[in-house]
Amino acid sequence: MPDATGLELLAQEIGKHEPDAVLDTIYFRERGTILVDPAHVRAVMDVLRDAGYRFLSSVHGVDYYPDEPRLGVLYELLDMESLDRLTVKLRVDTGAPEVDSVVDVFPTANFQEREIYDMFGVVFRGHPELRRILMPEDYEGFPQRRDFPVGGEPVIFTYNQNKVPHYTE
Amino acid sequence: MEVTREPASEFRSRQLRARDMLRGDLEGAELERYVHERVITTTLDRAVSWARGNSIMPATFGLACCAIEMMSMVASRADIARFGYEAFRATPRQADLLILSGRVSIKMAPIVRRIYDQMLEPKWAIAMGACASSTGVFNNYSVVPADKFMPVDVHVPGCPPRPEALVHGVLRLRSMILGDPKLGWRERYGAEGTEEVVGPVAERESGPGADAENVFGPGDTAGA
Amino acid sequence: MSTPPRIRDRPEDIDLAPAGQQLEAAPEEQLLTINFGPVHPSTHGVLRLLVTLEGEVVRDLSPIMGYLHTGIEKTCEDKSYWKVIPVIERMDYLAYYFNAMAFCGAVEGLLGLEVPKRAQYLRVIHLELNRIMSHMVWLGTGGLELGAISIFWYAFRDKETILDLFEMSSGQRMHTRYFQVGGVIEDIPPGFEEKVRAFCAEMPRRVDQIEAILARNEIMLQRLRHTGVADERTLLGHGVTGPLLRAAGNPWDLRKAAPYSSYEDFDFRIPVGTVGDNYDRFRVRLAEVRESVRIVEQALDGLPEGPFMVEDRKVALPPRHELGTSMEALIHHFKLVTEGYRVPPGELYYAIEGPRGELGCFVRADGSGKPARVHMRDPSFVNLQAFRDMVADGYVADLIATMAMLDPVLGGVDR
Repeated sequence: MPDATGLELLAQEIGKHEPDAVLDTIYFRERGTILVDPAHVRAVMDVLRDAGYRFLSSVHGVDYYPDEPRLGVLYELLDMESLDRLTVKLRVDTGAPEVDSVVDVFPTANFQEREIYDMFGVVFRGHPELRRILMPEDYEGFPQRRDFPVGGEPVIFTYNQNKVPHYTE
Repeated sequence: MEVTREPASEFRSRQLRARDMLRGDLEGAELERYVHERVITTTLDRAVSWARGNSIMPATFGLACCAIEMMSMVASRADIARFGYEAFRATPRQADLLILSGRVSIKMAPIVRRIYDQMLEPKWAIAMGACASSTGVFNNYSVVPADKFMPVDVHVPGCPPRPEALVHGVLRLRSMILGDPKLGWRERYGAEGTEEVVGPVAERESGPGADAENVFGPGDTAGA
Repeated sequence: MSTPPRIRDRPEDIDLAPAGQQLEAAPEEQLLTINFGPVHPSTHGVLRLLVTLEGEVVRDLSPIMGYLHTGIEKTCEDKSYWKVIPVIERMDYLAYYFNAMAFCGAVEGLLGLEVPKRAQYLRVIHLELNRIMSHMVWLGTGGLELGAISIFWYAFRDKETILDLFEMSSGQRMHTRYFQVGGVIEDIPPGFEEKVRAFCAEMPRRVDQIEAILARNEIMLQRLRHTGVADERTLLGHGVTGPLLRAAGNPWDLRKAAPYSSYEDFDFRIPVGTVGDNYDRFRVRLAEVRESVRIVEQALDGLPEGPFMVEDRKVALPPRHELGTSMEALIHHFKLVTEGYRVPPGELYYAIEGPRGELGCFVRADGSGKPARVHMRDPSFVNLQAFRDMVADGYVADLIATMAMLDPVLGGVDR
């Protein structure tokens, strides 16, 4: 894991290639996170891949409701030679949830970006086939957003069994 | 193993009537009733139910964790081959038992229904585990309890149920089958009128399918 | 008049070129798209494949998932932290201890907890036993798909022994919720250690028996050698880890690279393949079973005395005997059972080495008693992306063999 100074140096190196890309760096529990501007994420990924972070472990989305901007996409990068993990974070809001896809930099992002689209509604520009992966194709809504209800069946106890339709017929 | 025993008094009265028959003492209405009972209870139906119950062929239908325990049931420790049920059939056309082992998601439900429809009568279904019977641990937007879209004969509780519990459930089903069941599931559940009729037959005025409700409309399973 | 020679005797009718070449010379190419599954006897669960075939050769493949999607991640947001553990265990249903370990590791990282040494060793014992059990189920079902049906019973016999051990330590065969945040839920009972040692003494001989049946079997060699080959660079690009990557020659294993839960105390080797074909994957997994047995033996030998759960009463339940004497213990117990503990705000991604690859858990805590986001990075989901590259331009029969050796668990793919 890069320590705090290593994280700052990395952020500076990204800043040399892509000015204004890095918005913030966070060092928490010995793991570094770089908050980037969504418009520059592909270039940042290129820089990081050249810096040695050649393995993308995971791409996942988070809904930061009620903080704005709501939707976050996190990329967990791994440098296998020096055993470093790094998180790249970006945040978009639901009004314009568009991010460039990193599939041509890291092919592993294919299914994972589809899952983020399916669950949160983040549209990845340049993705070869951006369609729903876990929910049925014609499903409406983005289930893992915080304002989407969990749903489910009413649990039937004796006190409400007469109110649940068709149960006691 | 389920053994149904008659109460002792009934057995005694049957013994006495058989003794009277042999002596030639039964006559009239009693004689007719005696003959009627014997003919019904030893009729072909009972023999066929016996054969059906002892040779159930489950469909290979494993969904999630319960499927692992279902495989354990097939394996050597809790061995269902001793009951004759080891012949799992891959195609639903040849299977007569559907063991829903695992959570049925909303994308999978139409497909399960389609598999169940492809099975030929008589057919039975066991909802194995908590997720198939109710939604189990996962009471949310994407899991559907099996009773919502298909008729289930036996529910086996557990998460996952032990292989012995599933064997108990299968043997319960066996006693149901041996006990002279109504073979069509629509008769068993009073579900006349739910036949799926598609196409020009649906515009008929009378005859089978006249007042059927279509279970699936065109395009319903397109998203699956 | 002599009879004309039969077709097979005429040299001009015998074509020894491989099937792909013969098809290239065919006058028209017809591509047929077939649907495999989701209900199919040889899909490892409800996986649907859209396979484009040219004769018997696979040209393209597209997996369609979601038939087992259970909304686990959304359900976890609704439950307090220790209620998440039974839900998250049911994700990858063959590696339930691993799911719980990833989640507990993430929450322990957020809380800043130090798990006691005895709990770490107990966790390692159960994790490695679970790895052996997962590989046995892989072996049994893989053998079914390849046609080696007897192996199903041999492998499941060992699986039953391991499930007996789990039942002894926690009361449940599967989904035991034995791992809790801060340690394990209770100590191992007396008699457990002898049974595990008996199992460890027996298991290498069982693996020898299985290898004697399968590893030099002509049919297995013909079906698995040089089929489903994917080179290391493609696999790394697709994010594949675990036995698939190790079979391709890369010895990446998180137990050695970034040791967690006292794995650095144990001496074990990482089996690595050379070619990256199905046979290598088969041999790598069997060798991993042997190494796991060694780890379990070492963990039992070195099992330290001490608490099996962290002492911090704000997080872990106090032991029952304290509830009768200490008022604070009673209050802690009450608060923990009714509300649960709170985790200070933060985000953490914690990765462990599962039987199929890197199993990671991302937890975002917002200071309340329920997690704000739980995401499991499941290895089967990511490994499935490489499936197409493994089977393209191979036969359909090799597709089945590759899927058997790929070992996807659809619970993890769909979550």
